[in-house]
Amino acid sequence: MATIELKNVRKRFGAHEVVHGIDLVIADREFMAFVGPSGCGKSTLLRMIAGLEEVSEGEVLIDGLPAQNVPPSKRGLAMVFQSYALYPHMTVAENMSFSLRLAGVPREERDQKVRSVARILEMEPLLDRKPRQLSGGQLQRVAIGRAMVRQPKAFLLDEPLSNLDAALQAQMRLELVRLHRELNTTMVYVTHDQLEAMTMADRIVVLNDGRVEQMGSPLELYQNPATLFVAGFIGTPKMNFLDVEVKAASAESLTLAFSNGASLSVLPAVERLTAGERVKLGVRPEHVALEQDGELPGEIDVLEHLGPRAYLHARLADGTRLVAQAPGNTAVRAGDRVAFRIYPEAAHLFDGSGRALGRSGPGAGG
Amino acid sequence: MRNTWQAHWGLTIAGWTVALLMFFPILWMFVTSFKTEITAVATPPAVVFSPTLGNYAAVLERADYLAFAKNSLVVSLGSTLLALLLGVPAAYSMAFFPTRATPGILLWMLSTKMLPAVGVLVPIYLLWRDLGLLDTVFGLVLIDSISVLPIVVWMLFSFFREVPAVILEASRMDGATPIEELTHVLLPLSTPGIASTALLSIILCWNEAFWSLNLTTVKAATLTAFTASFASPEGLFWAKLSAASTLSIAPILIFGWISQRQMARGLSFGAVK
Repeated sequence: MATIELKNVRKRFGAHEVVHGIDLVIADREFMAFVGPSGCGKSTLLRMIAGLEEVSEGEVLIDGLPAQNVPPSKRGLAMVFQSYALYPHMTVAENMSFSLRLAGVPREERDQKVRSVARILEMEPLLDRKPRQLSGGQLQRVAIGRAMVRQPKAFLLDEPLSNLDAALQAQMRLELVRLHRELNTTMVYVTHDQLEAMTMADRIVVLNDGRVEQMGSPLELYQNPATLFVAGFIGTPKMNFLDVEVKAASAESLTLAFSNGASLSVLPAVERLTAGERVKLGVRPEHVALEQDGELPGEIDVLEHLGPRAYLHARLADGTRLVAQAPGNTAVRAGDRVAFRIYPEAAHLFDGSGRALGRSGPGAGG
Repeated sequence: MRNTWQAHWGLTIAGWTVALLMFFPILWMFVTSFKTEITAVATPPAVVFSPTLGNYAAVLERADYLAFAKNSLVVSLGSTLLALLLGVPAAYSMAFFPTRATPGILLWMLSTKMLPAVGVLVPIYLLWRDLGLLDTVFGLVLIDSISVLPIVVWMLFSFFREVPAVILEASRMDGATPIEELTHVLLPLSTPGIASTALLSIILCWNEAFWSLNLTTVKAATLTAFTASFASPEGLFWAKLSAASTLSIAPILIFGWISQRQMARGLSFGAVK
């Protein structure tokens, strides 16, 4: 149980700065996910919290105390690595009890703790095996078990599921959520997979190029992305982006024109927009509907059937690609000429620098 | 099919030829050690002769073989131990906390082996004299460990590089101090590498002649000095020299023979992973 606070944390490798001043507070018992594309600095950030990487500038506070001069071994944090990093020369039980052995815990107590964790993770039969005799999923469990045995102040998880197959990933996601609830401990989870972040985290920090793009609950990020990057990163399939021009703007209403000339009347009260300005309109596939007199005609390119629903990948007249969600029993086929309607209340607008334009409306979700 | 069969035989014959060429001088020396001084120098060489142990008796009578052997043993083990004590932390820090200077330092260490030892003989001799280390086992251990240190560090460095850094990081997260990280994780994981490094170092120190000839006389002299003492310029004592040489190399040959499996495993550690 710990709060972790980062104050203007920067990381430089030589002259190259990879983390550009990050401020954030991870609350006690929170499940926080750092998500972003590879190279965004999320792992570096986690490693700085762990103490495995030096902080070039700024401060890391654990439970309010500066951690700068505390070596990783004394921070009381446990880490689960992407490659598991089990000790190959030790059995599963020895791997799990290693931290206790170093701490001078008597053997009986060690054995008892290892057994109780092994019971929770259902891996008691594996205790005498060596890591090389285990499957990927089992290795993952041991790595988590090794972290649990210590009863750390917080768990740091660095892409722990990315080496597992899809089915196992889905199962482990649920188990981690359950585990977080049972252990009631702070967890910081690094992933490049927004789905993992969305399904598990209380709060998500979206990182891009060493900066925080946005911080918030999964739904907040989904419904109110602050930037074009977050809008495109969170959600599968990705949000659609269309270039539009402001046709008329007033305090009460806004009319946008698509490249094909069709117009869309949307969104009352959008800040500082004037007629003639070019902006990006973002709309999620579930907010694009197939309608005969829709404003955007196009041709179905690929049809993706997922059972309960289908995704229609279409090409609009001007070449823009658009994805729309349709019911699973949709009658359209690839090659069909169709038209789409955009739900204006669910549309997002972004200015030229990629920032979301504030608005108030029924679809804004807060 | 036929081609691979031929290639196989070709390689076998080539292998045996090279092995025999390399082994021949040792075999010749071994055979000569059982000849009398007269048959030893006979031309053409005597292939059939009645073997004698006279040379061994003479050699052992003239010098205290066991005292030299003891020095060789102490010096090779001691130097290896000292080199490992210094080399393990050095290789650890260079393998896991490299800086921009690390490749340069490694190359510089190796470059000291390119310098002929005689180039530093005078300064070393004077230093050892002033420190009272001449003709002491400790003095020889010191210079031998310094001279194998570059090789020891290089070998350990490459073995340590095989150990994923993340495993050491995991141990750090588990609460291990740097020393515990070494003793509980890194060393057990690189045992084969450390063993082959130690074996090679022992062999190099055992065979080391230059420093033991120049820095020792009697008390700390090793088997290489023992052998050299039979190579007298006046008179031909091939048979006795052969006997002395055989006695000198026998222990390390047997040692090498026993440990060859370990050596080969260690030296090809990275290749077969």
